[in-house]
Amino acid sequence: MAVLVSFDQVTKRFGDFTAVDGLSLDIHEREFFALLGPSGCGKTTLLRMLAGFEAPDGGRVTLAGQDLAGIPPYRRPVNMMFQSYALFPHMTVAGNVAFGLKQDGLARDEIAARVDEMLGLVQLRPLAARKPDQLSGGQRQRVALARSLAKRPKVLLLDEPLAALDRKLREETRFELKELQRRLATTFVIVTHDQDEAMSIADRIGVMNRGCLAQVGTPAEIYERPASRWVAGFVGDVNLIEGRVTAVYPSFVMVDRVGMRLRVAHAPVAPGPIAVALRPEKIRVSHAVPDGAFENGAAGTVADIGYLGTLSLYKVRLDDGLVLKAAVMNEQRAERPIHVNERVWLSWTPDAAVLLME
Amino acid sequence: MKRFGCTNLTALALGLAFLYLPIAVLVVNSFNDSRLVTVWAGASLRWYRELANDAAMLDAASVSFRVAFLSATAATILGTLAALALTRGGRFRGRLLFSGMIYAPLVMPEVITGLSLLLLFVAVEIDRGFWTIVIAHTTLTLCFVAVVVQSRLVTFDRSLEEAALDLGCPPLRTFLAVTLPLIWPAVASGWMLAFALSLDDLVIASFVSGPGATTLPLRIYSEVRLGVKPEINAVCTILIAVVALGLIAASLLTKRSASKAPLGARM
Ligand SMILES: Nc1ncnc2c1ncn2[C@@H]1O[C@H](COP(=O)(O)OP(=O)(O)OP(=O)(O)O)[C@@H](O)[C@H]1O
Ligand SMILES: [Mg+2]
Repeated sequence: MAVLVSFDQVTKRFGDFTAVDGLSLDIHEREFFALLGPSGCGKTTLLRMLAGFEAPDGGRVTLAGQDLAGIPPYRRPVNMMFQSYALFPHMTVAGNVAFGLKQDGLARDEIAARVDEMLGLVQLRPLAARKPDQLSGGQRQRVALARSLAKRPKVLLLDEPLAALDRKLREETRFELKELQRRLATTFVIVTHDQDEAMSIADRIGVMNRGCLAQVGTPAEIYERPASRWVAGFVGDVNLIEGRVTAVYPSFVMVDRVGMRLRVAHAPVAPGPIAVALRPEKIRVSHAVPDGAFENGAAGTVADIGYLGTLSLYKVRLDDGLVLKAAVMNEQRAERPIHVNERVWLSWTPDAAVLLME
Repeated sequence: MKRFGCTNLTALALGLAFLYLPIAVLVVNSFNDSRLVTVWAGASLRWYRELANDAAMLDAASVSFRVAFLSATAATILGTLAALALTRGGRFRGRLLFSGMIYAPLVMPEVITGLSLLLLFVAVEIDRGFWTIVIAHTTLTLCFVAVVVQSRLVTFDRSLEEAALDLGCPPLRTFLAVTLPLIWPAVASGWMLAFALSLDDLVIASFVSGPGATTLPLRIYSEVRLGVKPEINAVCTILIAVVALGLIAASLLTKRSASKAPLGARM
């Protein structure tokens, strides 16, 4: 896929605080890209540099090969949907959607046709004559979306578009957004600090931390193969087991830790200290001693059980004090129920764990 | 709702009387058929009729209203620009000095403003008259407009302007299409405040007016020095009505503009 947006060593400082630090990122054509990161990590700042509201202090931002430096926001073929929606309160819904089209000097009937098309797209035709303060939060969000799509931008930027909606509406809207993006074949860049949202909506995710990209990849890559301890901990729940690599074989390595030996399928690494990341849902819980219990297995006492509907989360304290979390689907629970303070065995396969150097 | 106690009620009545009794006496007397303030000879519009035939007084009224209109308009434009510079200019060099200089005339004694303007006009050899009053009133009222407009602008949601820019609207058009329609109640109330202030002013006008340009307050003042004519009461009543209407409209507009501000900005 062709690169559409490119950040090249981009830096942005506010006073002596560096909000974005030498960040490089390519976003492809027709891609749904999510910027995910904790509050204050610079996601909005990055988006605003693409929209033209902030100028980078270093590096280049290019769009379809064109350097955007010095191009004001009103001349960039990029539109933004604001987190607060920023609807013009003195204009009707139709007036809001038409605003950008009027700036292009389109003919009257052409504007009317496009406004109607956009309102149809977000199912707001009946409300075209309302003012923004006569709409619900979800309806306002749709107006903002229609307004930012009306000019058919090359890239649509969405800054936490769903943050103001309640949970149920947010989940429904996610799929609508994804569907819309596929239908319009436009590049969407969404900013979010909700990992479920990023995972379910995006083709690729850029995980940001303190103004840098910690990892870029598909949702599955980021979840299954986190690049660092920080990413593993930020995206989803994880058990981190610190140990030492003691033996390296072509297709797996051995990691030793007091009372435990782990066989981890991974590309070879140098011997030394390392962390093993293990997702809770990849751990099996059983009463019986699993096969080959001396590797990738450990015994412990159940410290706590959390019932989460479809799953149950077991917190198991191993004999060396380490607490591991294991998530088990409720219909796959062991024949005999497991209780708190019971002795259980945990086990997992060699390819369930990931080695983390950083 | 809290009930007023007896003492509170008395205090309130005394306070209001202190403020408004003189004005009430004046207004009532403007309808008094008698020439003497002390004698009530029945209600009549006699003095208003006489006023209508007083060419000098009508001329002064016309000067006053034209001065007020022109100076309020000029002050509104300049004051709005000053407020924009203060809220939008970011941290430009000399911002503090600039804001201080905008607000200083608010507390400057009018005698000083009037005298310094007079010295300026004499120094640059402008003939004193209609236009010097307009200029003087513009400088007097500009800062009031700036204060009113600035207080609206600080609660203005800037992302609205950014959204307009983002949709391809250049900055000047953004100001006219988005910012101005949303802040206009504040701008209009600034204009009305300026209008009322200009209409009221005696001190500065007495310094900078010249032959052929006598404002209403100047005219009234000079007539009163020769003894209170009941006709003056009628003029003053009309003036009070105009100023009061202006101030009421201004405060209504300000209220409206505040209630129209986006929710987040109000909290
Ligand atoms: N105009 C500004 N002046 C000074 N500091 C700023 C400015 N804008 C952002 N910052 C700082 O830059 C950092 C990154 O801000 P940014 O808005 O990009 O964060 P974010 O990742 O979008 O966070 P959130 O998820 O909370 O929206 C923050 O620490 C913020 O305080
Ligand atoms: Mg943000």
